[in-house]
Amino acid sequence: MKLADIPVHAAAPADPLDGFRWPTDDFTRTPYRVFTDEAIYQREMERIFRGPVWNYLALEAEVPEPGSYKTVQIGNVPVVVSRNMQGEVTAFVNRCAHRGATVVRQEFGRAEGHACIYHQWNYDSSGDLCGVPYRRGLNGCGGYPKDFKPAEHGLQKLRVALYKGLVFGSFADEPPELLAYLGTNIVTHLDRIFVKPLKVLGYHRQRISANWKLYFENIKDPYHAGLLHTFMATFGVYRSTQKGHTLLSPGGGHAVVYSVTNTDSVESVVEAYQGTDNKYQTDFALQEPGLLQWSPDFHDGIGNLIVSVFPNMVVHQILNTFATRQVRPLGTGAMELYWTYFGFEDDAAERTAARLQQLNLVGPAGYISMEDGEAIRLVQQSITGESRDATSFIEMGGRGPIVDADHVVTEVCTRGLWQQYARTMGFAPEAAA
Amino acid sequence: MSPRERVQELQLRYAHAIDDDALEQWPGFFTAEGRYRVIPRENHARGLPACLIDCRGVAMMQDRVASLRTANIYNIHFDRHLLSPPLVEAPEADGTVRARTQFLVMQSDQSGVSKPFATGVYLDVVELGGDTARFRERTVVLDSYGVLELLATPI
Ligand code: FES
Ligand SMILES: [Fe+2]
Repeated sequence: MKLADIPVHAAAPADPLDGFRWPTDDFTRTPYRVFTDEAIYQREMERIFRGPVWNYLALEAEVPEPGSYKTVQIGNVPVVVSRNMQGEVTAFVNRCAHRGATVVRQEFGRAEGHACIYHQWNYDSSGDLCGVPYRRGLNGCGGYPKDFKPAEHGLQKLRVALYKGLVFGSFADEPPELLAYLGTNIVTHLDRIFVKPLKVLGYHRQRISANWKLYFENIKDPYHAGLLHTFMATFGVYRSTQKGHTLLSPGGGHAVVYSVTNTDSVESVVEAYQGTDNKYQTDFALQEPGLLQWSPDFHDGIGNLIVSVFPNMVVHQILNTFATRQVRPLGTGAMELYWTYFGFEDDAAERTAARLQQLNLVGPAGYISMEDGEAIRLVQQSITGESRDATSFIEMGGRGPIVDADHVVTEVCTRGLWQQYARTMGFAPEAAA
Repeated sequence: MSPRERVQELQLRYAHAIDDDALEQWPGFFTAEGRYRVIPRENHARGLPACLIDCRGVAMMQDRVASLRTANIYNIHFDRHLLSPPLVEAPEADGTVRARTQFLVMQSDQSGVSKPFATGVYLDVVELGGDTARFRERTVVLDSYGVLELLATPI
């Protein structure tokens, strides 16, 4: 080879993931490697969480006053949600623009500004840099160059969009319009819940030894609910034989799954659970049935509703409990699930008490949700070491088009998730891309 | 026995019952109207009421045991409760005693690997009768509120 033939700029080495494609174009299979592959994880952080999506950040009610802030995690990036002194909700990356230290160290608080402890760069409540010590030096020594412009060294900002008390953030320069991103089905069901000012009741946090997408799969899968969560099958809070709906967003990544209570009969339940490990026990009754006493907040009979928005938000209504859940990835094999419980500001004391009582049902210790963490942990544990082409099997409810269903015996929302995921990641089979 | 010794005896019996998987005994450590709560420290500190577990009365505790035994599916594990000596206040006029006690719960799995699972403080109100001692209130303030996997059996 002559010297002149050697290209001056070597082409960037090809990303080995560029050839990776989903095995089926209706997303009835998911390669297990997406739950364990470090390179895929890194691409998710970039293309999904820092990509053209809206991430769920917080509730406006959590940052009620000028200066109120809280810290969250979007993908693997620490973010501060802050209501600035002008009253607008802002969000910025919690990483000093000087040399990278965490600026805001408290989980929650109220402050007019934030000073980095390392060299005391001072930021205002919007994350703009407003002061730097020794800027012109000390006693004629040191100081920043004359062309140093504080306006160019603020904390990295996210775009923020609000909808009915929910705060969303995006790293994209030109994110899609929020309501178009959510789609009609999601907006309709958010509209149903977020009807008036909220009152935050507290938090649950859960560390699950599973990939974040296993949780997202789980939450979009109403088929497991009556089978894994025996408490529900036994007490009629929710059963797969109840009437329900499974609704998707245009890209498939968001879903609404709900069921209407008391729409099944004992006979249909007994029949449905034949062949299972005796999930339905007609003789099992609570000594304190008050736990399941439900005085509906709305008059549509919906007792169990899960709204999930790609990539990190879940909103639930289970009887009288409401919560948002933020999905926070912690590497390929772990995640934090962050639950924010709320009621309404105008709730009477008894209504608040009922909501609090029903928290026994949900969260990491909840009668009808403790199993989810265990189920997906078991998946993560056993797929580690699988061959690179091994896949799961997702055909409950059929193959083919990813469309709404008027029942909940389906995994179609799970396929919808994989469709949007694969397209965002550049993994879609050509036919679906 | 002094009030302090009686409180400590109650706490130790409670801990051993759970660690020996004798969950059926657990509600019996409370008065009929007793309250058992596990509250994340972050909620407790900020005056937010949400609990992880909140049982009002023995019946709700018995329901929890029944559900754990027959309905719920959770990680198969063994607990060890390690307790500090209780810090006991002087008995109140009605015979109740307040106590604070540090705890650490280690959890072991079927492969014999043990991990610190939960730590925090018990805030107890104990009712001392003639020869009985029972919890009127047991509030578990959980420092480890980033719950590892899930919380099934009582702390
Ligand atoms: S790293 Fe923040 S001021 Fe230096
Ligand atoms: Fe579930």
